[in-house]
Amino acid sequence: MDKNEQKAKAKKAAGLRKAVQAGWGILSNAYIKGFLPGDPVIYQGKLKQVCVPGMNCYSCPGALGSCPIGSMQAIFDNRNRGIGAYVVGYLAVIGLFVGRFICAWLCLFGLIQELLYKIPTPKLTVPEKIDKPLRYLKYVMLFVMVFLLPFFYRSKYGVGEPFFCKYICPVGTLEGGIPLVLLNSMMRGALGWLFRWKFLLLLLCIAASIFIYRPFCKYICPLGAFYGLFQKVSLIRMRVDKEKCVDCGVCAKTCKMNVDPHKTPNSNECIRCRECIHACPMHALSMNIGPGPVQLPEQEVRPAEEA
Amino acid sequence: MKREVPLKVTIALIPLAIALCAFGIYRGEVAIVLAKAINICMECIGLG
Repeated sequence: MDKNEQKAKAKKAAGLRKAVQAGWGILSNAYIKGFLPGDPVIYQGKLKQVCVPGMNCYSCPGALGSCPIGSMQAIFDNRNRGIGAYVVGYLAVIGLFVGRFICAWLCLFGLIQELLYKIPTPKLTVPEKIDKPLRYLKYVMLFVMVFLLPFFYRSKYGVGEPFFCKYICPVGTLEGGIPLVLLNSMMRGALGWLFRWKFLLLLLCIAASIFIYRPFCKYICPLGAFYGLFQKVSLIRMRVDKEKCVDCGVCAKTCKMNVDPHKTPNSNECIRCRECIHACPMHALSMNIGPGPVQLPEQEVRPAEEA
Repeated sequence: MKREVPLKVTIALIPLAIALCAFGIYRGEVAIVLAKAINICMECIGLG
């Protein structure tokens, strides 16, 4: 395969991924009635018992499913009844099958960031000494804002709070807050400091996404952090064929999440977009079930050969 | 490169995760999720 042919194939694969992301985004936010002006209405059917696998605010007027991070906090809030087993178990199943594959393929907010990054401007590379410690911030978000604070904090009225959703999450502001505020005059009258704070965070996130690839996913997203914990044990894994790999570094240059796939193919930061697979000139990278093809030990092969 | 986690570890963990999810369903956590999701979450949208 020549270089141009390979580039065309990579472009086609990237297009397919965008189509899957967009299709999923539309499908999971297909409650049209919610977008009509008038009294705020959101979908109230039984589908909302199930969480979508990516970040998608359940207060988005069109949302048909629940947000996994919001649901986790809602269960922790309600600690007399919930210990988070349902959502943690559900997300663990997804993580054990595909790891962070969801981030690249089934997350609407990920797609929005990618589209913003397509705006033609000079792009920023965050220096490693800033980038590396910042990557741990998403784990702080997961353990402190999603697990610990909603579980342990109670106001003087004995009420818990979804800390991540309330103070940080730009997804809720973009998918829920802005459409609802635009559609309902009553809600516009209720805007206060919290909305302004969250709107500021959203603007920062949008601005950063124009210059940095998926900044929310890299540094903030607690869902990406959770799925990332399963990268090395998930059923689907990246694999490097060391016999084919010539250490050219093309995969590392291609990776916008700043992973070096030929050294750490199953890094917690890899979102499994498969761009490195299509870019590798030696076809040394692949996505397999488990660590790779199973090879029979020599002594087990011999009897069959003799027969 | 570090040694990779064997596939049998993954296969052993999947039923555990399913059991955890099932335990949550048994405890009634689905109802908590539904109750939260069918009402507009004021905190999430920045009004609460």
